[in-house]
Amino acid sequence: MPNPFFENLRTLENFGHSLRLPAYYYQPEDLDGIRPVLKTARESGLAITVRGAGRSYNDAALNGGGIILDLQAINRILEWQPGTGLIRCEPGVTLKQLWQHVLPGGWWPPVVSGTQATTLGGCLGMNIHGKNNYKAGTIGEHVLEFTALLPTGAEVTCSPQKNGDLFRAMIGGMGMLGIFTSITLQMKHMYSGLLEIQAWNAPNLSSQLEALETRKDKADYIVGWMDCTARGSGLGRGQLHQANYLPEGADPDAARNLQVGFQTLPSKFFGLVPKSLLHYFMAPFMNNPGTRMVNTAKFLVGRNKTYRQSHASFHFLLDYVPDWELAYGRQGLIQYQSFLPKETALPTWSEMLKLSHNRNLPSYLGVTKRHRPDGFLLSHAVDGFSLALDFKVTSGNRSRLAGMLQEFDQLVLKAGGRFYFAKNSETRPETALGFLGEETIHKFRSLKLRCDPDHLLESNLYRRVFGKA
Amino acid sequence: MPKPADQPFPHSTPLHHRQKAILVGASSGIGAALALQLADEGYSLALLARRTDLLSRLCDEINQKAGETLARGYPHDVCDYVSVPGLLQTILADLGGVDLFIYNSGVSLPVGLKKFDFHKDRRTMEVNLLGALAWLNPVAAMFQSLKSGQIVGISSVAGERGRVGNPSYNASKAALSSYLEALRNRLTRHGVHVLTVKPGFVETELLAGAKGTFWVIPADQAARDISKAIRTHKQDIYTPARWKWIMLVVRNIPSFIFRKLVF
Repeated sequence: MPNPFFENLRTLENFGHSLRLPAYYYQPEDLDGIRPVLKTARESGLAITVRGAGRSYNDAALNGGGIILDLQAINRILEWQPGTGLIRCEPGVTLKQLWQHVLPGGWWPPVVSGTQATTLGGCLGMNIHGKNNYKAGTIGEHVLEFTALLPTGAEVTCSPQKNGDLFRAMIGGMGMLGIFTSITLQMKHMYSGLLEIQAWNAPNLSSQLEALETRKDKADYIVGWMDCTARGSGLGRGQLHQANYLPEGADPDAARNLQVGFQTLPSKFFGLVPKSLLHYFMAPFMNNPGTRMVNTAKFLVGRNKTYRQSHASFHFLLDYVPDWELAYGRQGLIQYQSFLPKETALPTWSEMLKLSHNRNLPSYLGVTKRHRPDGFLLSHAVDGFSLALDFKVTSGNRSRLAGMLQEFDQLVLKAGGRFYFAKNSETRPETALGFLGEETIHKFRSLKLRCDPDHLLESNLYRRVFGKA
Repeated sequence: MPKPADQPFPHSTPLHHRQKAILVGASSGIGAALALQLADEGYSLALLARRTDLLSRLCDEINQKAGETLARGYPHDVCDYVSVPGLLQTILADLGGVDLFIYNSGVSLPVGLKKFDFHKDRRTMEVNLLGALAWLNPVAAMFQSLKSGQIVGISSVAGERGRVGNPSYNASKAALSSYLEALRNRLTRHGVHVLTVKPGFVETELLAGAKGTFWVIPADQAARDISKAIRTHKQDIYTPARWKWIMLVVRNIPSFIFRKLVF
């Protein structure tokens, strides 16, 4: 009884290397290769998870014992209009491919994540935001149109006007309603390959949030780094980075720095140490005292300064040290991101930070951003702030960490907060119900029933948070 | 294909890792004891056996003790070879992965010292060997692709010599032990561990009515030995361990003596 199926099995990981699950792996080379995988799923009774670059920190692109449909090879740029900044791409096109294609014409993607490895299909499925969320919204707000293949076999075209309900649900729909086949985006025009950066220290959480609030009208991008190990009066201290586009004529060197070669991240540190080795040097500091030391040093040397930096260097911090996530060790890391209204952010996060200190489970990296609401169905956005916390996972801290995150969930829900499905790995159905509300979940389920009546599309994330309808 | 009617298994998340195992031949004896032992260690278990009533009772016992669905029963006759790949695929999806596969099914059908019975021999081979091969082939293919996993075969000390009392049982276990050794040699290079377990006399249905037994251990003691060997990635164990020395002697009894023995 030969069973060729088992030979397609492969162990896949999340971005944080904290969960490994097996799945039957298919990577079609073109759009025609998608339908046979749908057929295989239908015949075998297995569900499909659509996967891009696998940059979700949780189980969004994992499907234990099911089928993974990897769209990374379907990555052609179909159409580019340098005059208007309109671009039409296949879903496997990465942000890196995208910016490198549009930059020479003086364009840049309107919204980018902290890594350029993500695919557009993944970016839309999660409706990613960047450091300009309060101003530019999510990537979904810059999608003019997309086409998708539904599990029913139907092909649909969606835009804010056409099939608007599906447009607002598939963007941010975790890949559970259909498979993006082409995406049309509006790029943002710029006059320089450089950004004007201002950096300064914030002595505590309240000053950090205040800076995000007051600067938001002037800044094109703003992001905060938080030293989550600091206690007492320095609780929530950190550094802020504000970036602004250069106006026309402000950069005499624009012709040069709008070239891809200028933007590319250096591969060596001090021109000497290959950066691919750097994570080995970081690993010894990835513990409570090590992180406290490094964070304190980073905070103390932080000065007010203004400088110019390339777009790629400013945006893609996660790519600055290749494989940085390996520094977290064999058990990997998880990220816990919460979105809070501006009124409740300060007391809630203060309580969370103190709780993490009392439990001796400090986060090794905290990142703050300013947000605004959007009109997508499964939205994570609020008129307020987000705080993303990275935690190292060890075999000894798993259950304590899980317990603490459940307490965090309650604090965030009580404060009117929300969560983001590309990040948190332990969100329970009752928590999702708590922030999305019954009506939203009902709407999503009805669309799911319409687009995917046989539940061909399911991921571990979907089963964890939404379960069977 | 019979569908277990109970609740789905809980999900694995980065902070709730779950070990997952398939146990074929779980309804009684070493299999049932091993299921209880592995459930105590937190495993999610797909339990397979022919006798559905025993199987569902065992699942209930495990799930009630754990307070969540750790065990689900899959009624299965190991001689239904054709159904195996499909069932493995279903279980892999239900569990969300498999870390450990255990083949424990086995029968002993003694024929009497002066009798010969092909039908009994054939049945012994079908359950003890062909059933094992039907499972081990797709399981090996699965683990080889995944470059991880652990296979456990419950063989027997009886496989080390051919004795007058039960030729086909000896032959089936000898073949199983050899097959497992060959699998180990094939799969270790792919990151897969293979453990051959050789129990001595264990208090199970298989032993009921047998004469001349000694050092009989309860099934839960054998289960503890096996689970320890699983944890430490052993290749080969006897349970209880002292059989190692007995079998060293037995293996080396010259044939001219062995022919005269009646055990």
